[in-house]
This record gives sequence, structure tokens and C-alpha cells, in this order.
Amino acid sequence: MLMTADQEQGRLPGPGITPKPAAPREKAATDPGTSLPAVSTRDLSIFFDDHQVLKRVSLDVPARSVTAIIGPSGCGKSTFLRAINRMHDLVPSARIEGQIRLFGEDIHGAHVEPVQVRRRVGMVFQKSNPFPTMSIADNVTVGLRLNGLRKRSLLAQRMEQALVMAALFEEVKDRLNAPAVSLSGGQQQRLCIARALAVQPEVLLMDEPASALDPLATAKIEDLILELKKDYTIVIVTHNMQQAARISEDTAFFYLGELIEFGSTSKLFTSPSKKQTEDYVTGRFG
Amino acid sequence: MEQTHHRRRKALNACMQGFTCLCAFLVVAPLCLVFYHVLKSGIGSLNWAFFTQLPKPVGEMGGGMANAIVGTFELLGLAALLGVPVGVLGGIFLSEYGSVRLNWAIRLGADVLNGVPSIIWGMVVYALVVVPLKRFSALAGGIVLGTIMIPLIMRTTEEVLRLVPNGYREAALALGIPQWRTVLQIVVRTALKGIVTGVLLALARVAGETAPLLFTAFGNRYWNHHLSDPIAALPLQIFNYAISPYEDWHRQAWAGALVLLFFVAAVNVGVRVLTRDKFAQSR
Amino acid sequence: MTHFEQELADLKNTLLTMASHAESAVRQAVEAVVSRDYDLAMRVRNADVVIDRFEIDVDETAIRLLAKAPLAGDLRLIAVTMKISQNLERVGDEATKIAKRARDLSQEPPLKLAVAIPQLAELALQMLHTSLDAFVNQDALAARALIPQDKQVDALNKDIQRLLADQMISDAETVTRCLHLMVVAKSLERIADHAKNVAEEVVYLCEAQDIRHAGKAAKTASLPGKGSQEP
Repeated sequence: MLMTADQEQGRLPGPGITPKPAAPREKAATDPGTSLPAVSTRDLSIFFDDHQVLKRVSLDVPARSVTAIIGPSGCGKSTFLRAINRMHDLVPSARIEGQIRLFGEDIHGAHVEPVQVRRRVGMVFQKSNPFPTMSIADNVTVGLRLNGLRKRSLLAQRMEQALVMAALFEEVKDRLNAPAVSLSGGQQQRLCIARALAVQPEVLLMDEPASALDPLATAKIEDLILELKKDYTIVIVTHNMQQAARISEDTAFFYLGELIEFGSTSKLFTSPSKKQTEDYVTGRFG
Repeated sequence: MEQTHHRRRKALNACMQGFTCLCAFLVVAPLCLVFYHVLKSGIGSLNWAFFTQLPKPVGEMGGGMANAIVGTFELLGLAALLGVPVGVLGGIFLSEYGSVRLNWAIRLGADVLNGVPSIIWGMVVYALVVVPLKRFSALAGGIVLGTIMIPLIMRTTEEVLRLVPNGYREAALALGIPQWRTVLQIVVRTALKGIVTGVLLALARVAGETAPLLFTAFGNRYWNHHLSDPIAALPLQIFNYAISPYEDWHRQAWAGALVLLFFVAAVNVGVRVLTRDKFAQSR
Repeated sequence: MTHFEQELADLKNTLLTMASHAESAVRQAVEAVVSRDYDLAMRVRNADVVIDRFEIDVDETAIRLLAKAPLAGDLRLIAVTMKISQNLERVGDEATKIAKRARDLSQEPPLKLAVAIPQLAELALQMLHTSLDAFVNQDALAARALIPQDKQVDALNKDIQRLLADQMISDAETVTRCLHLMVVAKSLERIADHAKNVAEEVVYLCEAQDIRHAGKAAKTASLPGKGSQEP
């Protein structure tokens, strides 16, 4: 089982959560600095009907750092990302081969529910999608409320924590009951990040989170990511290589469903090993 | 040369404009005619007695359609009890669950049923409910109206749910919310206005169904006290009065028609007014 | 070719033009020393402003291209180009120094001493030329082969300095002329150093390896004050 009984009922993972933003989490044996990768795939292949979208991808995402995934359109980077929180379970034509491990545990294990995986692995999408019928406060706590957490004081505490972590609290603290759709694009995206963080995941997946935002909002999101990586493992898909160079420790380059190169960001962007990577990164892709 | 072309184009443009105007008018005109005629014929007979008294026996003047008005609402209530849960849940299934093939078949079935003449529904329910119970009843009336509503509500619910962007579903599922909760508390909640609209419009539509009620509710000159008794309904009463030879009843039929027309119009307009406000929110 | 690739090619060409100016300045300055040509020396001195202008142009273009956020090979190319232009500008300055001494020497009677200045000049020029060829051809091997040659130049320079010092001691009349020649030899040795720098930049461009200060690093023990690193 991936979750404790407490977690299943939506309560706190452990005693003594402080209101500080960098709340220590007492989940599975993942200490900072250990070599256990947050996400580890082995020979991961994904098919949609007969079309193979990912070809035997083996990759280790280090914990508590930012890993960027780059590549041209259709290279399988979003497919790879969505496999980590089992979003492909919703697609009937999807077939997965190979292994994905979350802190050492197989996410497709015999007794593992997708819902359990998704509570440990959060996701932020390209287009911000706060729920339109709910207020800002309700949006942040929806993941907790709809998983059974009822205690008001706890919800309020988690909501404030999450909004602080998402660098949004100061801007919205006076209008927490306003409709979520009244926020600007950049604020909505930060709200979605707060919503994902409120559930206290261990890994945060981000699918081109800033691609629909103006440069100022983008810069805020990037700054936020640099703060978040102290506590979370972040995997971000981006088509903006300079963004990857700015915020990630490691970068993976995908092309036509294959992992071409994976390495430290500074090396990959100043002197990549593979010619394909060099060609893509310098924009000479034919 | 160019002058001629220009003048011709202007003339053609004016012709088209005039023609489309005429067509628009031809659409609105019957509506106005109906309203005007019903209003003119029925307004005189609308009085307090009309709304509060039972029909008087044959030959006597006066009386009202109180039982028919109440009966219509009662039937609509029963119909809603049957039609709304089945229709909405069916719509949810079509939109959120099921397989492509199965859903296609269900949708086809629903569309066909929507086209079935309501009198046939009346006959079916007659055979299935009235005959075994050996009596006409409010229950049968409610059932027939409800079954007419089911495919209607199912399709409108499905359409409205499909309009909910997939992003909301994905976001909710990615938070670890189970699918059934996502469907109910996120997707349906987002589409709730649309679903309610669909239900109200379906109710407005079946409120005027006469033929199926002939075999099921049958009509009643008195108050209905049990579900297993026949019940009066506005369309039935209008029908019975209209084909009668009595002048007084004709006037009351017009009044009933006015009430029914007003009810349908009010629901349609009301629904539009209510759904308009929320759209102004989007940035 | 994309616009950016064209701009990179233009940058490279500008640098190579600057290089040829620097090379010919050195060559002409040495010629002025050997043939005691006052006019040639003055021409070399006046032409230095062209090389300075080139350095500014190259740097401006490079910064402009950097603002387009290039990566990988392109990024290294631009960084290296800026470094090489700086080295070439210094080579131009050394050539000017040589030219000035040539001018002064031409005003004095010739020195009757066989000094290996032409050989030193040839070595330095050859190093410069090879390093620039390596840049054009992106030939890291040729660049690496160049680097030890600097030791030869240093040795030859030392010999020349000693010879000239002995001459100054034995004949006080020749002091001024010997001093001029010492400066010339020193400048040529510096030109060879700059050629070595260019070679090191070429290695970085081709292999992404920073081989500068390799000799110093071997002599230095672990640096004090580094402290504990973040895991």
C-alpha cells in the first residue's frame, strides 16, 4: 500500500504540521540528499492503439530538484509526464509497458490505486483551470475537501500555507471568497499551483505551466519554482530552452519518443554530448 | 459603367435585406398572432373564480379550473420525480462513462424516442399501467409525462456536460479526486445551470401534452385525492371544454389556454434571464 | 542558413579580418626593426587604431548575439570570439610597441650584434598563424599541439635577453639600442603567449574543456577557504 490509513481518509500524514511554508513531511523514507530518485522509469514504452509514442525510456529524476523535459512537438514529453501520475489510465486506448517507480515503489503495483498515486504526484497544466463555480479559497482546498477532510480550521491552515507557498497569498488575502475566475492569467496559474500544493504531494508535474503567460507572469512562476524545489521534486515540460536553462538542475531531451540525452542542465546547454541535442538546442533542427 | 454596377449592387443589397427582414417577420408574426388571439379571447374570463373554483356541473354557469391548474403541477411534479433522476443520470452516463459504441446506440435510441409521437407514449402507458390497475390515475399521467421527459433531459444533460472543458476533469483527477466525485462535484456542478435549464424546458414542453393524458390521467371534475385516482390537467380540460357545445366552457377554455401559454412563456423567458447573468463574469 | 547562422558567420569573418590585420602588423613591425625602416614603423603605429576599432565592433556584435540567448556550440563560439578579439587587440598593441622601438632604432646607428630576433619573430608569428587556422578549422588537435611551443619561445627570449644584457655590460655605448631590442624580444614573447591563449580558447570551443592555467593548477595544492560543499 502506498498510503497510510490516515492519508487514505484525507487527514494529515503525521502529527505536528506547523504553519510554516516549508512544512516538513513525514512520508516515506525520503531524506534530502539520499540517492533514491523521486521518479524512476525503466524501459517505459507507451502505446496508443498500435502507435508507439514512447520507446523504452529509462530515466531517474532526482529528488528535491527541478528536472526539465525538452524536445520538439510530438516527441512524447507530455506523454511521459502524464504517465508519472497515471493520467493515461483515463485513456482506454493507452497501453503501458515497463516500470515507473515513485520513491522506489511501483506505481502500477498490484494493490496500487491511481488515486493514491495522484495524491502523491500533483500536476499543473498548460492552461490554468481553476474551477469556475468555486471561490479562490474553495479552489485551493478542493483537493482536501473532496477527499474527505472536513475540519474547518485545518482546511483554513492548509489553504493559507498553500497560497503562501504559491506566492499568491499577499495578493488575494483580502478576497479569498471572490470567484477564482476573477484573477488574472498569471494569478490563476499560481492558484492552480496552490491547489496542487494543498494536497501536499511529493512530486509536482508541470506541463508547460507558463507558456500561456506574459513574460512578467512567467518570471514570477519561474521564481516560484526555484523556491518550491527546496521541498518538492519538480518535473517540468517546456518548449522554452532558456527557461529550462534558468530553472532546472537536470534536463532530458526527447525526440520521436526516445530519450536522446539526459544530464545536468549546464552541461546539456553548453556542450551536449549528442549531435541531435546540439542541433535541437541551437535551433538547427531539420 | 461603374455607376450602373454600383447602383445594381446597392439595389441587390437592399433587396436581400428586405427579403430577410420579411422572413424574420414571418417567423415572429405567428407567435404574436397566437399571443394576441389567446390574450384577447381569454383575458375576459380570467377571474378569481377561475383560479379557485372547481368546474360547475353541465349547464351551470361559472366555475373554474382550479383542479386542472393544480393537477398540471401535480403531474409535472410526478413526471419530474421520474424523468429528472433517470434523465440526468443517463446524460451523465453518456457524457462521462460508457464506451463509444454503447453510447452511440443509446444516443440513437434517445433521439428516436424524442421523435415518437406522444400519443403512442400514452397508449403504451395505458397498456402497462392503466390496464393492470384497472383505473386511470395521476400515477399513470405522471409516468407518461416522465417517460417523455427522459430522453429529452438525457440529451440536453449530455450536451451541457460535454461543454464542460476537459481541463476541469483532468485537474480534479490529478488532485487524486476519485472519478465519481469528479463527475458529481466538479463536472455536474459546473454544468448545473445548463442541466437545470434543460429540465425546466423539458417540463415546459410536457406541460402542454394533451394526447398521452387522454389515456392515462383521463381528467377529473373534482379534486384528486389519491395517486391512483384520475386527475385533471389544464390541456385535458381545455380539450374537453373546447369540443363541448357550451359557450361558457369555450370561454373558460380560452382562459385555460392563456394560463398554459403564460406558464410556458414564463419558464422559457425565466430560464434565459437566469442563465444570462453568469456569462457576464468571464474575463 | 538561418539569419542567426549568418550572423555567426559574419562575426567569425570580422574576427578573421581583425586577425589578418594583427598578423600583418607584427610582420611589418619586425620588418621595420630588421630593415631600419622609419616610415614602415610609423605606418604600423598609426594602423593600430584599426585593430582597436575591430575589437569594439566584435564585442558589440557578440553582446548583441548573446542577447538572443544562444546555447551549446553557438554560445561557446561567441564567448570564445570575444576572448580571441581581446587577445588580438593586445597583439596589435605589442606590434605597436615593436614599431615604436623600430622607429627609435632607425634613428640610431645599427647594432653590430647577431640577435636572434628574426627567429623569435618567426616562431611567434607561426604560432599566431597556426592558432588562428585552428580556430577557422575548429581543429582542437592542432590547437593542443601548439601550446607546448610557447616554452620554446620563452627559452629563446631568455637567451636573447641574456645576450643583450651581456652586451650592455661590455659596451656602455650600446645600452640604449640593447634596451630597445630587449623590449622588442619581450613583445614577441608576449605575442606568442597571446597565440597560446587563442589556442586554449579554440580547445574550449571544440571540446568544451577549459585547459587554461593547467600548469598553475598542478603546482597549487587544494585551495584554502573552499569549505564544505552543498550536497
